Amino acid sequence: MNASANNLPSRLDPFLRAEVEDLYARYSACVDSGHYEAWPGFFTEACTYKVIPRENHERGLPLATLAFESRAMLEDRVYGITQTLFHQPYYQRHSVSGILITEVTSSGIAVEANYLVIRTRSKALSEVFNTGRYIDRVVREDGSLRFAEKCCVFDSEMIPNSIIYPI
Amino acid sequence: MNDRTHSTAPLEWHPGGPSRVPYRTYVDPAVHAIELERFFNHDHWAYVCLSCEIPNAGDFKRTSVGERQVIAVRDTDGTVSVLENHCAHRGAQFCQKDHGNATELVCPYHQWSYDLKGNLQGVPFLRGVKSDGRINGGMPGDFRKSDHGLTRLKVEEWNGVVFGAFDTSVEPLRDYLGPEITPWYERIFDGRALTLLGYNRQRIPGNWKLMQENIKDPYHPGLLHTWFVTFGLWRADQKSSLVMDAHGRHAVMISSKNEGGKGDVTQGVTSFKENMTLKDTRVLDVVPEAWWKGPTVTMLTLFPSVIIQQQVNSLSTRHIVPVGPDAFDFHWTHFGYADDSPEMTRRRLRQANLFGPAGYVSADDGEVIEMQQAGFRQHPDYQTVSELGGRDIGSVDHNVSETLIRGMYGYYRKVMGV
Repeated sequence: MNASANNLPSRLDPFLRAEVEDLYARYSACVDSGHYEAWPGFFTEACTYKVIPRENHERGLPLATLAFESRAMLEDRVYGITQTLFHQPYYQRHSVSGILITEVTSSGIAVEANYLVIRTRSKALSEVFNTGRYIDRVVREDGSLRFAEKCCVFDSEMIPNSIIYPI
Repeated sequence: MNDRTHSTAPLEWHPGGPSRVPYRTYVDPAVHAIELERFFNHDHWAYVCLSCEIPNAGDFKRTSVGERQVIAVRDTDGTVSVLENHCAHRGAQFCQKDHGNATELVCPYHQWSYDLKGNLQGVPFLRGVKSDGRINGGMPGDFRKSDHGLTRLKVEEWNGVVFGAFDTSVEPLRDYLGPEITPWYERIFDGRALTLLGYNRQRIPGNWKLMQENIKDPYHPGLLHTWFVTFGLWRADQKSSLVMDAHGRHAVMISSKNEGGKGDVTQGVTSFKENMTLKDTRVLDVVPEAWWKGPTVTMLTLFPSVIIQQQVNSLSTRHIVPVGPDAFDFHWTHFGYADDSPEMTRRRLRQANLFGPAGYVSADDGEVIEMQQAGFRQHPDYQTVSELGGRDIGSVDHNVSETLIRGMYGYYRKVMGV
């Protein structure tokens, strides 16, 4: 994690920060709303998206729980979520905090943030479902910010049965 | 909690054979305790880890056999010991790291130390403490360090996989698998060096036996799993066979993929999606490998603790660790071969999107197992029916049969005396 003060831009453009925070707020609203068809639109065409156990990430083991390498693969995942994956339906609620811009370069904006996802199944108590850190790269494309890389590194040692919807 | 799960009435097993299993078999803590004792803590071999997870002297990995935590550690002589993770002194589960490298094992409580084979080495104040010209304390004169080592399992390391058994009188591992299963084991683990790709871990709120059954059940994949039936990865019209060992406890489901698409087996199957196409087909970029010698899928169920998966280019071990009667932890270890090209490694990792707790195929399995457990809990005196392909037990040359589940329960009933 590149969170040391030395890597921070000396003067961060407050408008850029607001724009980045807005991106994360809209992303969370999308994946919590059930409108999964809008989810791939947050990514560039050649994006990478990973959900990876912290254990694998820190040990340099390449296996991810989910690893997609294009917006088209995300669209296939949406088809899977909505049409093919049998699962008990649930609500999910993302809480994203500590959004940290670690670097601004010509190749994009490096952003990290904590996330917490609460799962609520029908007639059941809400429960902590998945928690971890986003390690992302955001780029400007056609005037708006999109994820070129989104890596969800989760602390949760045991996944409570399955992960169906996007983190 | 439903009181009926604690009923002391004998289990009502169907007189006709193992095709009917009482729901209570999956929910009763008393049944579970006997299963742990007979299947995990005695004369059955259990999966421990892959050799490539602990390649060097001193490398260790913390894992479990049944509900007992163990440490697999490689000694300087190259051999692997599997030691139970509780100190011989006061019982502390002293190892609190999942993996690492060590020259000795030390309990932090009173600094008892063990060598990498579990022999007790150091005991502070063994001969007491000298003070004011006399010796205070110390262990009794008849205390022998050799009587107080860590519990050590019998171990076999076979072509890259470590197995352990608490009962040292257990038959040799090759005999335990038997001549029917061994060739399929040695097809994947032929002695080539393996590469660790990583882990997935999930807790499935269902009885541990249901995962063995799920991979002994070729009936569901072409029905529950849209991806399998639509893309021809597993469906009822494939060239397949179901093989079991002489006891019926272990099995292999073997199949060769076809082109998928519409056919007799998709009639009325709601999960079949005729018009489904992938926008990015790299997830299904299957490239045959020479060692397959035909089959594209081989799923080995080694009773009671592990499933070994070859699904096209994706390889994994799936380790079953019971957590009481109502849940189990399911640890996936994905691997490749040390001589894989970078493209093959990438392919194995891409195809891993089908498997694991979020996989296009496997996520379904965990979900239905949770639903089964809920059904069992609400009516423990009811029973399952597994009679596809008849009520008898034996290997068959198609996949339209529940014979492997019946085989497992034939064995189960013998060992459990029910």
